[in-house]
Amino acid sequence: MELLEHIVTTALGTMVDVAPIVAILFGFQFLIIRKRPPHLRKVVLGLIYVLCGLTLFLVGLEEALFPLGRTMARQLTDPAFIYGAWGGAGGEHLSSWRDYYWVYGFAAAIGFATTAAEPSLIAVALKAEKISGGSVNAIGLRIAVAFGVAVGVALGAFRIVTGTSLVIYIVVGYLIVIVQTAFASRSIVPLAYDSGGVTTSTVTVPVITALGLGLASTIPGRSPLIDGFGLIAFASLFPIMSVLAYATVTNFLRREKKKIPELGTIGYEEMIQ
Amino acid sequence: MVSVLWSLFRLILEALRDLAPIVLVIAFFQVVVLRQPFPNLDQVIVGLVFVVIGLTLFVQGLEMGLFPLGESMATALARKGSLSALLGFAFCLGFGTTVAEPALIAVVGEAAAIAGQAGHIADDADSRASYAFMLRMTVALSVGVALVLGVFRILKGWPIHYLIIGGYVTVVALTYFAPPEIVGIAYDSGGVTTSTITVPLVTALGVGLAHAIHGRNPMIDGFGLIAFASLTPIIFVLIFGMVV
Repeated sequence: MELLEHIVTTALGTMVDVAPIVAILFGFQFLIIRKRPPHLRKVVLGLIYVLCGLTLFLVGLEEALFPLGRTMARQLTDPAFIYGAWGGAGGEHLSSWRDYYWVYGFAAAIGFATTAAEPSLIAVALKAEKISGGSVNAIGLRIAVAFGVAVGVALGAFRIVTGTSLVIYIVVGYLIVIVQTAFASRSIVPLAYDSGGVTTSTVTVPVITALGLGLASTIPGRSPLIDGFGLIAFASLFPIMSVLAYATVTNFLRREKKKIPELGTIGYEEMIQ
Repeated sequence: MVSVLWSLFRLILEALRDLAPIVLVIAFFQVVVLRQPFPNLDQVIVGLVFVVIGLTLFVQGLEMGLFPLGESMATALARKGSLSALLGFAFCLGFGTTVAEPALIAVVGEAAAIAGQAGHIADDADSRASYAFMLRMTVALSVGVALVLGVFRILKGWPIHYLIIGGYVTVVALTYFAPPEIVGIAYDSGGVTTSTITVPLVTALGVGLAHAIHGRNPMIDGFGLIAFASLTPIIFVLIFGMVV
């Protein structure tokens, strides 16, 4: 019964989220375009699928994994755990950033895993594979993004532990992206920039936020309100780098083989022929 | 019929593959690192079945509903030839999808608490609520502006990296002038604006436009709208922090 209630509340929540989007879409469709959209029935059915799918997805995650993930983030950042079970030598307070190695491990692993299941990333990857005529591989792209998030969240956890300035990391990150952009193939750049924004969605944000808040409230001298932020920024910045790097590496490998055309050189022109 | 079942089966397999990492990571940390039993195993299994069915339906619905709808609207608006209708649509889509975003509402609430603590606003419920509301409107406005700018870029065929790098430089410059408390929130606000339904729709809009306009390549010109939607909130929130 509780489960049913959960499904109904989540479904209502999703519908409230979607209501403005549907209003805008249909408003423009009927007031400005004034034409029946092609395959209207199929499109409406598809929208219903998306709604039901998203509802079930969120309910399932909330039932099965999120409570555990959030508790885990708290337990792993608990001084009793860091010191007691694995932390080694005793003492009253935590002195070294090295004591938090399980936190970094968890941050990287959960960052990778949640991104791999992120529905909006699946959507963009599918689209990119289709448009690029297969020269961008959907799975490869998603793994590259997930890897970027893993590095980003782990580094973000390290930043909260050490208390270094967020601005320095972000500025250095931007510089690296700018340099990579100069060397990357022109057709991958927009997709790489986009992948920063799509990673932080329904699945990733709740667990990562719990991790940041847990860390910031455990470590002496950190305020959860101020130092708890920044993990999402890291999770949006690092995928840009990893996707640009992935594109450069696959291009290099393909050039070595010399048989398969370079990523991005199969363009729109060839596809429509 | 057989082919429908087969494609459904493949989608379910893909959903299982997509979820395997989360299950493995959580199980590993629970059992090996924290050395605790896996609680409520039956509840977990029911939940996982839901997640798999949900993801399967979502991916199916994307291809049937969201992608074609976004693309057909982009094409129709481009054919209509009215710039104001197209840009108006982009703005409404950005503003409308962001303003009610639950993740954003949560973040602005925390931001208001910080501003109250830091003494930028009076630390009572009323001024916190109005601060949170203004911040939320600022972010929603910024996403609307982002999509207008992004659509305009597709129409003109400008290369994206000049705009994005210019945006980065603006972010870095503003960071030095903005109050330090707002910086973390500003950087995070770029990530929370793009929800699961907005992303496919906005992607389809960009790609559809790039298809419809002569001389644009969907790969080079079609992507990039999300990038704008993640960058402008940072700039707008930093400015908001300086003004308020």
